[in-house]
Amino acid sequence: MEILYQNLLNLDWKMIVMWLIGGVLIYLAIKKDMEPSLLLPMGFGAILVNLPLSGAVSHGAEEGPLTILYHAGIANELFPLLLFIGIGAMIDFGPLLSNPLLMLFGAAAQFGIFFTLCLASMFFDLNDAASIAIIGAADGPTSIVVGQKLNSNYIGAIMVAAYSYMALVPIIQPPIIKLLTSKKERQIKMEYTQRPVSKTTRILFPICITIIAGLIAPASVALVGFLMFGNLIRECGVLDSLSETAQKVLANLVTIFLGITIASQMQAENFLKFDTLLILGLGLIAFIMDTAGGVLFAKILNLFLKKKLNPMIGAAGISAFPMSGRVVHKLALKEDPTNFLLMQATGVNVSGQIASVIAGGMILNFFL
Amino acid sequence: MLIPMDFQPIHFVENLRYMGIGMLGVFIVIGVIAGLTILLNSITKDKNDDERA
Repeated sequence: MEILYQNLLNLDWKMIVMWLIGGVLIYLAIKKDMEPSLLLPMGFGAILVNLPLSGAVSHGAEEGPLTILYHAGIANELFPLLLFIGIGAMIDFGPLLSNPLLMLFGAAAQFGIFFTLCLASMFFDLNDAASIAIIGAADGPTSIVVGQKLNSNYIGAIMVAAYSYMALVPIIQPPIIKLLTSKKERQIKMEYTQRPVSKTTRILFPICITIIAGLIAPASVALVGFLMFGNLIRECGVLDSLSETAQKVLANLVTIFLGITIASQMQAENFLKFDTLLILGLGLIAFIMDTAGGVLFAKILNLFLKKKLNPMIGAAGISAFPMSGRVVHKLALKEDPTNFLLMQATGVNVSGQIASVIAGGMILNFFL
Repeated sequence: MLIPMDFQPIHFVENLRYMGIGMLGVFIVIGVIAGLTILLNSITKDKNDDERA
């Protein structure tokens, strides 16, 4: 009889707190539809690994499957890179190639990363501060790769913060945008002229980006390269079947394993610490400052432009694709139902994807 | 102890150079990519490519 309740004696309150956190993630995934493909596996995984003596993770010499998956796919950065092939195949760079100057907003919206680096360095050593700052890349794979390469002690909290805040973009960004812009500015209409983009440009673009990023920030070339490889498969026109597989099957498979494997780092003893709360707070600041950087950059440009830009599109420069583009579009429609910013915001949003990887490369160049 | 790590406000100022160099670096790379894209668009626009955005 004792065998039935023996393990219950190993239960402590921290594990129950982690079950609640897991429950909240599952609730957000199902009820609020926030990044369900990641938050649901993470939420379930958080419960799974916080059962007393959970066989899902390693204990001493006894190896658990989630720990094995972690070493096989995250510690060596394989999963995030494979996911990048899928993401690259999903992204249509058309709106960006049509208006290349939109890329500057993607660069401006990386401000939060570098601001948070300075802020986090007050509490953590530089490698950890840089890994925490990269939460502001709003890009899970980049956060994982940078955190792993810099050997951060807080990789679990960083991954959870990166993916959770990406899901919370529709909640985090609107108040910041409203705070920094007037109603009149939010109602500015921007004409969208779709210039034709040749197939040659679409094919050469991913190749050129890989070469440029590789030459300037060699540490980021794996990230950029896998993202652009996925995009080349999409744009070449002769690998439709591979493109479809990368977009759906590959991305879905990796996402399943990624979410639940990240949860292996959410064991109560490692996760429920003051440091984790601080990292979550710093991650939030990174997202806020990214948004502010993009919006304020657009406002500064407006000082010199005759034809004013809607400064909200700057906020789409954070990488969280496609959420932040949609957030800006919806905000514009809310202010004026005839104001359609979707194409401009999407262009800025995909530029944020490229800029965040380059920012990650810069961080690695500094500290690796 | 509430804050388990050393709190060093001076590090914020000391590391501002990373902010400057980092943002400059991102803008330069993105600027080069944007310039290259404009160049690619202008070089290839007259060719008879079938697929267009």
